[in-house]
Amino acid sequence: MKQKLLSAPYLVWMAVFVIVPLVMVAYFAFFDSDGNFTLQYVADVAQYSNIFVRSVWLAAIATVICLVLAYPLAYFLSKMDTKIQGTMVMIVILPMWMNFLLRTYAWMTLLGNEGIINTLLGYIGLGPFKMLNTQGAVVLGMVYDYIPYMILPIYTVMAKIDKSVLEAANDLGCNGVKTLFKVVLPLSLPGVMSGITMVFVPAISTFIISRMLGGGSNLLIGDLIEMQFLGNSYNPNLGASISLVLMVIILLIMTLMNQFDVDDDRVLM
Amino acid sequence: MKKLSKLYLGLMLLFLYLPILVLIVFSFNDSKSRSVFTGFTFEWYEKLFRNELIMTSLANTLIVAVVASLIATVLGTLAVIGISKMRKGPKAAVMQVTNIPIINPEIVTGVSMMLLFVFFAARMNLEFGFVTLIIAHITFDVPYVVLNVMPKYRQIDANMYEAAQDLGCGPVRAFFKVILPEIMPGIISGFLMAFTFSLDDFVVSYFTSGSTAQTLPITIYAMTRRKVSPEINALSTIIFVCVLVVLVLKNVIERRADKKRGVVR
Repeated sequence: MKQKLLSAPYLVWMAVFVIVPLVMVAYFAFFDSDGNFTLQYVADVAQYSNIFVRSVWLAAIATVICLVLAYPLAYFLSKMDTKIQGTMVMIVILPMWMNFLLRTYAWMTLLGNEGIINTLLGYIGLGPFKMLNTQGAVVLGMVYDYIPYMILPIYTVMAKIDKSVLEAANDLGCNGVKTLFKVVLPLSLPGVMSGITMVFVPAISTFIISRMLGGGSNLLIGDLIEMQFLGNSYNPNLGASISLVLMVIILLIMTLMNQFDVDDDRVLM
Repeated sequence: MKKLSKLYLGLMLLFLYLPILVLIVFSFNDSKSRSVFTGFTFEWYEKLFRNELIMTSLANTLIVAVVASLIATVLGTLAVIGISKMRKGPKAAVMQVTNIPIINPEIVTGVSMMLLFVFFAARMNLEFGFVTLIIAHITFDVPYVVLNVMPKYRQIDANMYEAAQDLGCGPVRAFFKVILPEIMPGIISGFLMAFTFSLDDFVVSYFTSGSTAQTLPITIYAMTRRKVSPEINALSTIIFVCVLVVLVLKNVIERRADKKRGVVR
């Protein structure tokens, strides 16, 4: 009984600083400054549907590119000689530990009109191309910043696959490609699913990448929220309702992903 | 196949490292140009170390990260002990709440806490600054401590604790002699995780810091908003070298520990 009390400070903390703030978001979304219930703010979010569509679309593209790039990488890493595997994984993951503002800034200097890419292209008589402040640059930034979150979970799941399962598949007549699709792929799906959420959630809610690489014209949901709280148009009610809609979108997508997860568990058994 | 995989790995490493390498090279560049290397200089490093704003925000970052991760570690470790004694239903509910700061987008965490702090600031004597910053950091740190300590605590043989008590230890002494050493690896990895997340955090700090207690990521953000500031390149280089050193050390230490364990077996 006494030991149970040890978690009391934690429970109070989480209630005050996690639950209450979220309730406040909901309150601000549905009540105006006089305390009257209103659906106006939630309805106002509809004005920004183009920004929502753009955010979901760009985040989805970035997630797919991350998956396509990361999956083979994780597979090759898991196949490596165990002696160098740990070091190799560390090298691949290392950029993740750099502050993501600096990593995004790096692309700012690379893609600019006077950046190194355009300068090099200029030497062979091409360009300058407008690369910075485009949607492509935003997607590139998302891929670059978040790809470690895709590589890591997929690699972890792949490294855990029992070697004897792969050998059994070979003994039973599967060649390398068939083993990959029949054994490795289904077994790695949980890693893929967590990779997808770990990339998609920060990508859809970022405001740094869109601001630094997208210029002013490619606003995302994150920018919209930030503007309501710290920008010129201070409007916490609208900001709260946008946050609420963002959470609902993410919740829906996560539920969808969990659906897959349950099925995978059955496959694994 | 082997060649193909090596080629692919090489290309991916190029993609991951080239931008950082360019930053590093241009941190030694004589001019402010981002594309033409005109000559070698340490000027930007000197400017960086003489930049008071950067140095104070670095100090702020360290203070916030140390204080927040220490408090989070104590809070989280105590929580694990209490949570383990709970019945299934409440336990599941608490774990759901624990996951909220991890799953929620950072911007929502930041904005929701900002709303709370604004509410308190208007009614009580709360100012945006170190206090709000540390509270916010503890909040997103503590779930990682709980999640790291929980599995270690579960592995403990309940008989050990009872045996210690049978042998004359009080509950507190039994905790320090038996439980704590067992969950120590979880506590340490939880603390380190919390510490790194605190050091690196931008989004939550951005919404909860106010203008007085700026952390390094916030200062970096302000610098990137200005047109050209090669000091960022110098700063990136230093941070990259620090990360590299820490990770290599971690790798070496882990490998030694593995070897030792191998010998024991």
